[in-house]
Amino acid sequence: MALKMVKGSIDRMFDKNLQDLVRGIRNHKEDEAKYISQCIDEIKQELKQDNIAVKANAVCKLTYLQMLGYDISWAAFNIIEVMSASKFTFKRIGYLAASQCFHEGTDVIMLTTNQIRKDLSSPNQYDTGVALTGLSCFVTPDLARDLANDIMTLMSHTKPYIRKKAVLIMYKVFLKYPESLRPAFPRLKEKLEDPDPGVQSAAVNVICELARRNPKNYLSLAPLFFKLMTSSTNNWVLIKIIKLFGALTPLEPRLGKKLIEPLTNLIHSTSAMSLLYECVNTVIAVLISLSSGMPNHSASIQLCVQKLRILIEDSDQNLKYLGLLAMSKILKTHPKSVQSHKDLILQCLDDKDESIRLRALDLLYGMVSKKNLMEIVKKLMIHVDKAEGTTYRDELLTKIIDICSQSNYQYITNFEWYISILVELTRLEGTRHGHLIAAQMLDVAIRVKAIRKFAVSQMAMLLDNAHLIASNTQRNGICEVLYAAAWICGEFSEHLEEANQTLEAMLRPKVTTLPGHIQAVYVQNMVKLYASILQQKEQAGEKEAAQEITQLMIERLPQFVQSADLEVQERASCILQLIKYIQKLQVKEVPVAEEVIALFAGELNPVAPKAQKKVPVPEGLDLDAWINEPPSDSESEDEKPKTIFHDEEQRHSKPRHPEMDEEELARRREARKQEQANNPFYIKSSPSPQKRYQDTPGVEHIPVVQIDLSVPLKVPGMPMSDQYVKLEEERRHKQKLEKDKKKKKQKKEKRGKHHRHNSLHTESEEDIAPAHHVDIITEEMPENALPSDEDDKDPNDPYKALDIDLDKPLADSEKLPVQRHRNAEALKTPESEVPPVEKKSKKPKKKEKKHKEKEKDKGKKKEKEKKVVEEEEEEKKEEDLDFWLSTAPPPGSAAQPQEEEEEDEGKKSSKHKKKKHKKEKEEKSKDKKKSKKKHHHSEEEMAESVQNGTLDDEPLPPMSSYRLLAENPYIKTTYDIQGNLQNDSQVTVSVIFENKSTSFLKSMELNVLDSLNTKMLRPEGSSVHDGIPVPFQLPPGISNEAQFVFTLQSIVMAQKLKGTLSFIVKNDEGSTHEKLDFKLHFSCASYLITTPCYSDAFAKLLESGDLHMSSIKVDGISISFQHLLAKICFHHHFSVVERVDSCASMYSRSIQGHHVCLLVKKGENSVSIDGKCSDPTLLSNLLDEMKETLSKC
Amino acid sequence: MQFMLLFSRQGKLRLQKWYVPLSDKEKKKITRELVQTVLARKPKMCSFLEWRDLKIVYKRYASLYFCCAIEDQDNELITLEIIHRYVELLDKYFGSVCELDIIFNFEKAYFILDEFLLGGEVQETSKKNVLKAIEQADLLQEEAKTPRSVLEEIGLT
Repeated sequence: MALKMVKGSIDRMFDKNLQDLVRGIRNHKEDEAKYISQCIDEIKQELKQDNIAVKANAVCKLTYLQMLGYDISWAAFNIIEVMSASKFTFKRIGYLAASQCFHEGTDVIMLTTNQIRKDLSSPNQYDTGVALTGLSCFVTPDLARDLANDIMTLMSHTKPYIRKKAVLIMYKVFLKYPESLRPAFPRLKEKLEDPDPGVQSAAVNVICELARRNPKNYLSLAPLFFKLMTSSTNNWVLIKIIKLFGALTPLEPRLGKKLIEPLTNLIHSTSAMSLLYECVNTVIAVLISLSSGMPNHSASIQLCVQKLRILIEDSDQNLKYLGLLAMSKILKTHPKSVQSHKDLILQCLDDKDESIRLRALDLLYGMVSKKNLMEIVKKLMIHVDKAEGTTYRDELLTKIIDICSQSNYQYITNFEWYISILVELTRLEGTRHGHLIAAQMLDVAIRVKAIRKFAVSQMAMLLDNAHLIASNTQRNGICEVLYAAAWICGEFSEHLEEANQTLEAMLRPKVTTLPGHIQAVYVQNMVKLYASILQQKEQAGEKEAAQEITQLMIERLPQFVQSADLEVQERASCILQLIKYIQKLQVKEVPVAEEVIALFAGELNPVAPKAQKKVPVPEGLDLDAWINEPPSDSESEDEKPKTIFHDEEQRHSKPRHPEMDEEELARRREARKQEQANNPFYIKSSPSPQKRYQDTPGVEHIPVVQIDLSVPLKVPGMPMSDQYVKLEEERRHKQKLEKDKKKKKQKKEKRGKHHRHNSLHTESEEDIAPAHHVDIITEEMPENALPSDEDDKDPNDPYKALDIDLDKPLADSEKLPVQRHRNAEALKTPESEVPPVEKKSKKPKKKEKKHKEKEKDKGKKKEKEKKVVEEEEEEKKEEDLDFWLSTAPPPGSAAQPQEEEEEDEGKKSSKHKKKKHKKEKEEKSKDKKKSKKKHHHSEEEMAESVQNGTLDDEPLPPMSSYRLLAENPYIKTTYDIQGNLQNDSQVTVSVIFENKSTSFLKSMELNVLDSLNTKMLRPEGSSVHDGIPVPFQLPPGISNEAQFVFTLQSIVMAQKLKGTLSFIVKNDEGSTHEKLDFKLHFSCASYLITTPCYSDAFAKLLESGDLHMSSIKVDGISISFQHLLAKICFHHHFSVVERVDSCASMYSRSIQGHHVCLLVKKGENSVSIDGKCSDPTLLSNLLDEMKETLSKC
Repeated sequence: MQFMLLFSRQGKLRLQKWYVPLSDKEKKKITRELVQTVLARKPKMCSFLEWRDLKIVYKRYASLYFCCAIEDQDNELITLEIIHRYVELLDKYFGSVCELDIIFNFEKAYFILDEFLLGGEVQETSKKNVLKAIEQADLLQEEAKTPRSVLEEIGLT
């Protein structure tokens, strides 16, 4: 035994450790693979030994090799062995190896379940930590199910180190085992208020990740997150929360309105670019969600655009890139504000960084207008010439086409220009996008009727110069444009001026080198050309010329007959025979042109790509049902083709069945009409209104602008589009002049009649009339097309499983499975640590310990009770959200200053505005509630009355909860105190600082003298004498709000704290240090939180009998009862429970859970208030404060 | 965050951490593709690129590239900060870190990363706390190691 140990230890001395391995690999650069396979053999030997240290060393080396790309899955079992080592050193290595190479397919992974559970409950926090870290990498659905409960327990561990890890890993558990989300969520939510900032931020992280995927389930958390946002100073956390709000706002526009203010504040004040960027992004998201029907927030947009401009102008490429990225988001909803920065965006096209150029291109897409399209495209064309890499050039090309063709060529005023741009683009060598250009050419030529003549001439030119394009056939796809050129020339051959020449160009031997599908189009279209030439010649009586052209075809076509491409061959031989037949007829001097041309009669209309999809299925038609039962005999099979054939004949309206009686015919006609109406591909004989051309009879009547012959059309490969830009400019100039003339005329006329009228005209983009009237033929749609096309969501979304309603009460069946094992003892360890934490909490309702093993038997009864409680709570919460969103002065929100400012201005208009807002809000919340829950009618009304404390629509006087804190010539400060919903011993003091001077105020610091009861919350590590810096500076005339958190023990008495605000005044003369003393008055009302209460709950509360009573009476009240209630609601944070005539019951709750109930009665000139409260001192103090408020009325 | 890769200018992988389950084959493919793409970018280019449906954020420190993959809605700048924070942590731990430190102590680099990020989310924003946790865990490791001298094991002491 001893000998074995000696041997093992000596072996170990000669083992390679990781460093040796790394060194060895570096020294064997030439034969690395061989060396490593040698090492792997050694490692295999080492793994066979009993010594755990040797094994761990081997596993460590394997982990390194795994990174180099070697498969180590064979060692999975050894890794588990090392994981289960008792020593942390080895355990750590084992878990690392596991986290690197285990995945769901690793079969031994289920063996780890018990080991991990043991480690999770280890008394050593680092054992637990290492297990959690490892688990986060390789958690499987099985592991998640088995360990969910253990991890959930760890979320309440005494050590924050473990808590934060447990919270974070829960996200992975949810993803793998969605059933765990509902039972674990309450605890997760609790962690948002964890005393440790790390745990708190972990909880924020997890909830934000969850909410991003399924935002609607997390709307009820909005108030909580809003609080966190306005109080947190940790940028990491802030970014997450702001991102979360970005996901929530599309669901709840009211939330967006609330957010704008604090977000713009952050944008102003933060120096962290990442936070700024996030804020800007979320503001954009908010504005997008608000954009429908809300008063426009042009100031916020301007701010965002300004900040983004700064980012784009920055020398840092990263900021530039992100600025452009965010700009493109604004572009979608507010194109005008972005368009004014066109110069900047165009500059970015010259950037060295391709990714920045591409972003700028994206932006340009949305920035074009009729006015600037030509200019922008011209710039882009220059870049196309300069571009080096083909990828970027191709990108430019597609962007040019995208830009021009967007929204049905909306911005193109001159299609000749566009065609020349397309022709110019064909000069690009090595582009992949030939087919794209071709498609555009076809599209424009087909849909813009007026341009066909010009298009045909350009296409003929392309065909003539096909050798230039085709020379690089092998290298690029640009020859695709020949496909379009050939088709256009053939289809619209009547516009060709020198058809002979084009036909000859198409018959050149070189054509046979083109790809097959292009040749096929050539062959087909040369017949069209041929047909139109033939007609021309025949009409002119030039028989010989007609025969000549036939001869030419017969001579040249055989080269296509020999083609290896089937399509080409087939068409060519067919056509060759046809033409030979024509030749025969020609010899006999029979006129043939009419019949040949008839081969290609009729016009092709574009059909919308979605047309087929949009045809609604007629009622009663089952597409899956058999039209005919599957054939049992062969007869039916013979019939089918016959019917199709009949149909075809009927379409040509040549009924060949005279034996059919009239009735039958009429019936069939009707059926046919029906069928045609539903057939998107059927081209109707009478044009539908969409495509009815203004001048159908003749092309001559289409107003085509005379082509200026100074434009060198005939020189291929020369840029011509520029000429059009100039022409267009001249044209616009002329147009303008003409218009001016007209205006002058009008003016003159007008002056003759009325003297003073001056019509104000500004040239807007709509004024630019297109060069020629172009009807863009819109794509055909079936007449009864369905309006919408919904895109189905991806059913494979892994986050879909987490779309779970979190507000529903838990069912028994949803409890997390608890493993009862031999190691149950080990389990106790963390649990025994847990209770103290739990006891501390004063909200036992929320805390669910459904998974306690021991309580299983007793549990059921309790469960039921809990459920009821929970249900009520959830309802309240939902109400809370509505309430939070709809109350005008939200608790502790930074939305207040805006209203405050409005009041300060004291203008009537602002008051009106405010009223309107309120109404809007009210209406909205009403709607929402109605849709949300119809079964709560009585409560609904109640809640409404709660919202602003009125039932009537009487206007309310403006009120502000902000009181003056202190004032001197430099600065004015006002403050408001709001209880913290989440923390029963904290209040938030919001202070508005207003710079009244013309100097710059900076380094502001606020300090108060703490009392025994009330203390200001200072950052960790600072002493009670340190002040808290105000997180912003104030330029002259600016005001901003900062928040300070205070902790207090007792809240039954009002208190006053003395404090000082120190700041530096900086102006031209220098800086001076100033101080301002103040007294901060914490009234009892500031500890109250407006909480809605239903009348039945209210009655129960009064009946319970454990409330103390007290009452006051105030005389000399002149204001209306409604105003009075509003005042109590506003200043004292109460809500109306019920109001009958001049009597009302009101309710509020303190942050420490005291209930306060009021009965307010109005007499002639007096008001009496009876109060009931769980604390007598609090009640009497509250009533005193109320007396003071009321006596001022 | 979906994954983090560290690789050298020569394209050698120095560290990889995957926060999404993928097969080895897929991982290798992604790594190869990304290393190529990132190395092909010019130094003056911005640190972000769109790749498949992800965003790649990378930054070069000396001869090492740090490269993270994030999702569409994630914040690029904060990811850069995460990378920077990690480099700072390595720097503090190793004392002006160089590529060799990471090669020879690659397990330590992982441990630091694991204390900083968990499951792709930032776990601890305080540098001090991360280093404290690592130091204490290291201490635990050394405590465990000291009594394990060879002689002791043979029983000669």
